[in-house]
Amino acid sequence: MLSLRGVRKSYSGNEVVCGVDLELRPGECFGLLGPNGAGKTTTLRLALGLIEPDAGQVELLGFPLPRCGREARLRVGVVPQSDNLDPDFTVFENLLVYGRYFGRADRDIAERIPQLLEFAGLEARADTRIQTLSGGMKRRLTLARALINDPDLIFLDEPTTGLDPQARHLIWERLKRLLGDGKTILLTTHFMDEAERLCNRLAVMDRGRLIAQGSPHELILRYIEPQVVEVYGDGAEAWAQEHGSAMCERSELTGETVFCYTRDGDRVLATLDGRDDLRYLHRRANLEDVFLKLTGRDLRD
Amino acid sequence: MRARYFGPPRVTLRLWQVWRRNFLVWRKLAVTSLLGNLADPMLYMLGLGFGLGSLLPRVDGTPYITFLAAGTVCYSTMNSATFEALYSAFSRMHVQKTWDAILNTPMNLDDIVIAEVLWAASKSLLSGTAILVIILAMGLSHSLLLVWVIPLTILIGLTFGALGLCMTALSPSYDFFLYYFTLVVTPMILLCGVFFPASQLPLLLQHVAAVLPLSHAIDLVRPLVNGEIPERVLMHVLVLAAYAAVGAYLALVLARRRLLT
Repeated sequence: MLSLRGVRKSYSGNEVVCGVDLELRPGECFGLLGPNGAGKTTTLRLALGLIEPDAGQVELLGFPLPRCGREARLRVGVVPQSDNLDPDFTVFENLLVYGRYFGRADRDIAERIPQLLEFAGLEARADTRIQTLSGGMKRRLTLARALINDPDLIFLDEPTTGLDPQARHLIWERLKRLLGDGKTILLTTHFMDEAERLCNRLAVMDRGRLIAQGSPHELILRYIEPQVVEVYGDGAEAWAQEHGSAMCERSELTGETVFCYTRDGDRVLATLDGRDDLRYLHRRANLEDVFLKLTGRDLRD
Repeated sequence: MRARYFGPPRVTLRLWQVWRRNFLVWRKLAVTSLLGNLADPMLYMLGLGFGLGSLLPRVDGTPYITFLAAGTVCYSTMNSATFEALYSAFSRMHVQKTWDAILNTPMNLDDIVIAEVLWAASKSLLSGTAILVIILAMGLSHSLLLVWVIPLTILIGLTFGALGLCMTALSPSYDFFLYYFTLVVTPMILLCGVFFPASQLPLLLQHVAAVLPLSHAIDLVRPLVNGEIPERVLMHVLVLAAYAAVGAYLALVLARRRLLT
């Protein structure tokens, strides 16, 4: 569906994408995770043929990019990071005008619009102006717009950033429906629950490199201890120093919280017995733990 | 790498869908937009034409208001393409990200830029034709040659649309366009013979004016309004076409450099 081989891209001497290899299989949902500035959006732009790599090859739906970008994009849908719906148009006009860019006849587009509006939960909004839609509605319309050409492959750049939980869950449900219909999805996100829920496979990107690839489950198995005990409270730091490395394989202190990564959570819990000044949470390791281990806890602004 | 910026335009006929998108937006606001486009040149033409014109003898053999009317056709034609290519195109490119949305489809940037030049020229056609209608209604001219002004408004629109898009592709914000008005548009309005014959200027300024595109537009339109066939038609048309072609190519290169990196 999509393959990137040894792809590199620099901006004024600063390498943003440093040799990325990536292969999308038909029907899968592939997640590209990474902190801000990791190079995710640049990778998407390269994968769409909008920019030319300095080195390496990109192939989208069998077409070499960026040379055959037009042909490839004919069968691709894109949900960009920030909404760029046409503010002067109604919901219906947005879809109609966008469909024309794909060379579709007005009649065909108009026939398709009702089912897209149903998909986006905007049946009653066909004649509404864009400015009066909520953030969640705009996002759903942007998703519907990306489907106007019935694409085989859908790119989503942080599809749920800035949405409330209800709107996020709705988007997830719709994406699952698309996967059920056999579509292939490439999505970028920095929400780990989103990636864990939707993606068959994912890659963690940092500083322009893919530093890990696999299914969410594989990544958790491969990179992190299976259990986590989070300990909070004023005495947490002293407690961690007292028990040291004996109680768990690895621990990290952030603010007042100690994260203990371990195969045997009970050993950690034993040391917490009778410590009423400390609160704790014992849980299974998740993708966020993997992500933080691989990319570090430093802010990326 | 560089070849990507400097290559020849690669467009398809589908670029009309971008033109059509702009037209659809315009149609929603057509009345206010047309009034806005016309109010300014009309006020100049009527205010100066009657006010100043009553104090003046005939200019180049015609009443001042007729002289000014020919200048106003060119100036409003230039202005509407310029405003469209600067402010409106900048909104679509930078603020609303309409161009980005289109780039995710089988369109490419060359399609968009050329469609924007054509759209700017369409706005020129509209406002130029509207001024012509007023000229006819006021009886300032009734030459059949006026028909030739209509294709000229398209050519003038292509010229100034293309030049304006170069600025848009360079501009960091709306404020930047003020330089273009101060350094390009206003000098042309004052030097190229909109309000008075350029021959009244000192020789040095006449030489400057002679190379500016608005002079060539006025040298074509004014004789037609006066019912005469312009001199050196081919040369003037070629100069305007050259400005349009070089401007459009430069706008493409600058837009590619801005958006395809």
